[in-house]
Amino acid sequence: MNDNISTLLNFLPQLWEGVQTTIILTVLGSIGAVLIALILGLTMTSPSAWLRIPARIIVEFFRGTSLLVQLFWLFYVLPLLGADLDPMACGIGALALNYGAYSAEVVRSSIKTVAPGQWEAAIALSLSPTRRMIRVIFPQAWALMIPSIATLLIQLLKGTAVVSFITLSDLTDKVGQLRQSTGDTMFAFSIGLLIYFVLAWLLQEFMNFLERRATAALGRRRSNSRTDRRDARRAARSDAARAKGGTL
Amino acid sequence: MPPTENTPATPTDTGTPAIEFTDVEKSFGPTTVLKNLNFTVAPGERVTLIGPSGSGKTTILRLVMTLEELTGGYIFVDGQPLTFEERDGKRVELPKKRTREMTTRIGMVFQQFNLFPNMTVLENIIEAPVHVLGKSKADATKEAKELLERVGLADKAGAHPTRLSGGQQQRVAIARALAMNPEILLLDEVTSALDPELVGDVLEVLRDIAETTDITMLLVTHEMQFARDVSHRVMMFDGGQVLEEGPPDQIFNNPQHERTRKFLSSVL
Amino acid sequence: MIWNWEFAAEALPILLRGFVNTLIATVVGTVIAAILGLILAVAIRGLPRWINWLVRLIVAFIRNTPLVVQLLFVYFGFSDIPGLVDIPALVVGFIVIGIHYSTYMSESYRAGIDAVPPGQFEAATALSLPPVRTFTAIVLPQALRATIPSLGNYAVAMFKDTPFLFAISVVELVTAAKEFGGSTFAYTEAFTLAGIIFLAASYPTSLLIQRLDRRLATY
Repeated sequence: MNDNISTLLNFLPQLWEGVQTTIILTVLGSIGAVLIALILGLTMTSPSAWLRIPARIIVEFFRGTSLLVQLFWLFYVLPLLGADLDPMACGIGALALNYGAYSAEVVRSSIKTVAPGQWEAAIALSLSPTRRMIRVIFPQAWALMIPSIATLLIQLLKGTAVVSFITLSDLTDKVGQLRQSTGDTMFAFSIGLLIYFVLAWLLQEFMNFLERRATAALGRRRSNSRTDRRDARRAARSDAARAKGGTL
Repeated sequence: MPPTENTPATPTDTGTPAIEFTDVEKSFGPTTVLKNLNFTVAPGERVTLIGPSGSGKTTILRLVMTLEELTGGYIFVDGQPLTFEERDGKRVELPKKRTREMTTRIGMVFQQFNLFPNMTVLENIIEAPVHVLGKSKADATKEAKELLERVGLADKAGAHPTRLSGGQQQRVAIARALAMNPEILLLDEVTSALDPELVGDVLEVLRDIAETTDITMLLVTHEMQFARDVSHRVMMFDGGQVLEEGPPDQIFNNPQHERTRKFLSSVL
Repeated sequence: MIWNWEFAAEALPILLRGFVNTLIATVVGTVIAAILGLILAVAIRGLPRWINWLVRLIVAFIRNTPLVVQLLFVYFGFSDIPGLVDIPALVVGFIVIGIHYSTYMSESYRAGIDAVPPGQFEAATALSLPPVRTFTAIVLPQALRATIPSLGNYAVAMFKDTPFLFAISVVELVTAAKEFGGSTFAYTEAFTLAGIIFLAASYPTSLLIQRLDRRLATY
């Protein structure tokens, strides 16, 4: 055990590099995913079928094919087609596309969930469609979608672990190296799992913070209490599951 | 032409009607709610629509507000087409932008208030004047405060709508609609969602508006005493048709149709 | 477009053989997740507080850490233990996936149970039904009905996660595609076909679940 600890201490700088890679993948992947989700999700609410249907096809395509297929496709197939992306770009791209497609469905359904009366009041005040979306509908939909998006972004964080398959040295890869140098699988991977758990917790806290701000902006009771948050998360998970598995 | 108190006289304006329905038809899928409906509302006239639920009263208001798509016929506001017009014998839809210009003259107050929860009371009121009419923020704020004063909520400008009672929310909604200086105000069962003790304040505000402005009003309400007090004309609807119409005294005291009598005895 | 039909024809049977493992992992994983999830949701009701708390912590831990790392942990971890028979990678695969998703499914069950109206409990009490009977005959059937679509959705999610078994060298669909690509450089055909197979299997299933959801929603 003491050997393990000293090996770990010597390995810390490398482990930190791996953590950084994982964080970069998570942060940039999340930003990409949210951007893609907003673009596709909003397009899917368009009254024009010419916009709606292509967006729907893109979403179903990236939800229906697995993350790893997309990752390998970007990494192995794109170069054959003449587009060489570096592994980091492949990783961020696959994560953003895959989880962006899932999140797009959340964005769409949240926008549709905003009370019809809100749309009607905005029409009655003759607000332009853009203004209506930006000022009235989206701020309310945003508060609704954050818990589900949070669940998906945690899945994105977990999904980053596959990038070691395309030569990136992320946390999972470094943990594999630690295992080899200690010869103790349980020890090395326990450390790895623990770090992922902490990262997921930090991400969740950040999303909770965003959610509190969004609901406070709606003048609702701040959902501060632990039971409120647990209920919200539970509901979000089932939403996200619906978004992940289901279509519509 | 301000009408006299309590005994509103029907405006005698014979010019262009404020609202005109021509052969209006509205169906939701296979269900036809309105068919061949023709009527006009004169500028400054206040008309109450009554009738059993499902008779199409609310649909009429929603058609004027362009919340429902007109499936047949035409609606004119100030003599100009609202959503569809006839061109070369064909019925064509107007550009959305044109329709939106038309709707700036029309305000609506909803049963469920529909205030924007992400904005304060003041922001709710100045949103459209600033971003639709292009007023300066300072002017819009000044007017909004005057309107809030008028509806008795001067101290609530900075509050969030969700912190207000239903009656207060509805008065803010009225102020929000008035901030657009509408020529036409549509009131859709504005007191139906309120606790009985809050109804009085809202009706008081509306009475005040009726007495001091010449806004054309189209209302759907179950408050028959209020309808009697403020309206020039009452239209009884049944099955998407005007069953009978006339001054409130005539309709309420001496209805011609058995169905009207039955309906009134069920609500009074 | 660089596309070779010969390679595609050659790849297809290999991919489909890999797909068998994908299906095994999905089906067995789903069964494990469905049963274990129910145990997690039901059994810890009525246990002492601290056990309850501990189970929740473990559930949160499993849910918030990557499946890939869990697979590696179990696969290599157990092979380290001397005297233990070698467990085939596929078995490790469906057990770990099943456990991973049981933590999600337990939430669905719990939500389903919580959603049973209190009046149902009250009515059962009024009929003097014993608690176990109340639970198995009244509460659970209603809860399960509400839970089925989300179980279906998790099964689809699990299906899409099976390529992670690549980490422990189970030759499922995507691994088969990668191996084929590695030996022939026909990556385009291999991965494109793999994607199409995924889409062809998951999209109709999702539509089916969605219809089921609507059917079950109307009592």
